Amino acid sequence: MVAAIEVRGISKRFGTLQALEDVSLEIGQGEFFALLGPNGAGKTTLISILAGLARADRGQARVMGYDIRADYRQARRALGVVPQELVFDPFFTVRETLRIQSGYFGMRGNEAWIEEIMEALDLGSKANVNMRLLSGGMKRRVLVAQALVHKPPVIVLDEPTAGVDVELRQALWEFIRRLNGDGHTVVLTTHYLEEAEALCGRIAMLKLGRVVALDTRANLVRKPHSLNLRLRLSGRLPAELAARDHGRGGGEHLLRLREYAEVEPTLTALRSAGCVIEDMELEQPDLEDVFLEIMRRPEAAVAGAA
Amino acid sequence: MIGFRTLFYKEVLRFRKVLTQTVAAPVLTSLLYLLVFSYLLEGRMRVYDEVAYSAFLVPGLVMMSMLQNAFANSSSSLIQSKITGNIVFVLLPPLTYWEFFAGYVLAAVVRGAAVGLGVLAAAWIFVDLPLRHPAWILGFAFAASALLGALGLIAGVAADKIDQVAAFQNFLIMPMTFLSGVFYSIHSLPPFWQDVSHLNPFFSMIDGLRVGFFGRSDVSPLASMGVAFASLGIVSGIALAMLKSGYKLRF
Ligand SMILES: Nc1ncnc2c1ncn2[C@@H]1O[C@H](COP(=O)(O)OP(=O)(O)OP(=O)(O)O)[C@@H](O)[C@H]1O
Ligand SMILES: [Mg+2]
Repeated sequence: MVAAIEVRGISKRFGTLQALEDVSLEIGQGEFFALLGPNGAGKTTLISILAGLARADRGQARVMGYDIRADYRQARRALGVVPQELVFDPFFTVRETLRIQSGYFGMRGNEAWIEEIMEALDLGSKANVNMRLLSGGMKRRVLVAQALVHKPPVIVLDEPTAGVDVELRQALWEFIRRLNGDGHTVVLTTHYLEEAEALCGRIAMLKLGRVVALDTRANLVRKPHSLNLRLRLSGRLPAELAARDHGRGGGEHLLRLREYAEVEPTLTALRSAGCVIEDMELEQPDLEDVFLEIMRRPEAAVAGAA
Repeated sequence: MIGFRTLFYKEVLRFRKVLTQTVAAPVLTSLLYLLVFSYLLEGRMRVYDEVAYSAFLVPGLVMMSMLQNAFANSSSSLIQSKITGNIVFVLLPPLTYWEFFAGYVLAAVVRGAAVGLGVLAAAWIFVDLPLRHPAWILGFAFAASALLGALGLIAGVAADKIDQVAAFQNFLIMPMTFLSGVFYSIHSLPPFWQDVSHLNPFFSMIDGLRVGFFGRSDVSPLASMGVAFASLGIVSGIALAMLKSGYKLRF
């Protein structure tokens, strides 16, 4: 089966700034994929290149097997992009916007599907309202609807939940999850790492234009360490444990353990040092821990990981 | 094909939604020119011996308003879309650069035609105007609106700011229009300026349009038609090359 998205050795420079450096990744059909990275990492640039909005200096990319340059018409038909910026055309109503977008993709008689996405995104009551008069969250929904209007097999959402209230966020994810369940490939960028963790099967992390991590969510979260032991103590942490403390101070300690078998010896060490445990929590590290850890690595390690 | 038709429809709908600004206002402006200039100059100037100055003025004003509005349609649509960012809506779909070109330029032709017809209709109330060869009128009206639509597309794509489009309009389009014989027959000019005027494609188009009304002109209408379509060909070629390369649109 052909990959939904295939990126090979893509580089892009803006003046002296290397926005993307030799980026390669492959996303299979039906995946729910997250593209993560701090501000300026190059996520939007990569999406723009896939969508034909920007041109790579080097490298190739395909969407559903179609080369984004040679077969740009098929590639674009296969791709639905929700842009990061909240853009809209102030001349038109919601329904006009969706009909027009549908026509650009060569579709006619698309009314039933347009009604369905408006329904799913709760835009029905705003169908004949001018875009100018919508709230930010409503405009965001229209952007999502516009990306879906031609039923693309691959959907890319660039921070779709920025500035969106909790209710819409839930509704949006439910809808996107349903699309993914129907076989659409979904790629998303977000700064809310819990979202990525809850939704995505595989994750790529970008830093300064390079891929610094690419793995399944489960593997990523397992990799550096597998358990966080949070403690609040009366008394000082014994020296051999203090060296491994990642806590924020103020009597709060965070010890990273590789496996459950380490819990026992740790507690023994505490007891023999005369510490009294006031509070204790044993938790799985989350994606945020992993993300921060990867982003903090020095440049050399980053280059090596890529 | 559906992509092109949709873009064309959207561009027409866009100016239809603000008709007072896009059609009524330019018609009123032309009417004011007509009333003021014909009041001032009627009787002092006769053109081609038998044509009254007020009648002579009408085709020039029709052409001038078509030129300006065709240019304004494509240039303002594009620059606004670029500045607000909604240009992505036409860049993401699988539109070819031909469809893109034809959509914007033909919508500009429709706007030019709407304004031109409006000016003509309003002028007919005040001025007695013959109509000798409607086919020339249609031909020159199309060539002129398409040429300016394509120029507007180039300006809209190339500009980064609205002032740059305005500069294009004020320092190129306006002088070329005013120096093309809207308000006078170039036979009233000194020989040197007559020669210069012959090189101005706007002159050819205005002069050609007059043939349609009066059956008379300064230059042979076939030669004028040749100039008009040659200019359209060159400008369209530049516009298409820009669109094909993605210049200023796909970074
Ligand atoms: N058109 C452009 N011209 C010049 N520099 C650009 C352009 N677009 C992006 N950049 C730069 O390229 C780098 C990557 O930007 P990009 O928008 O891809 O980041 P991002 O990962 O999407 O960030 P964010 O999370 O803030 O959206 C940034 O340093 C940005 O300033
Ligand atoms: Mg971004």
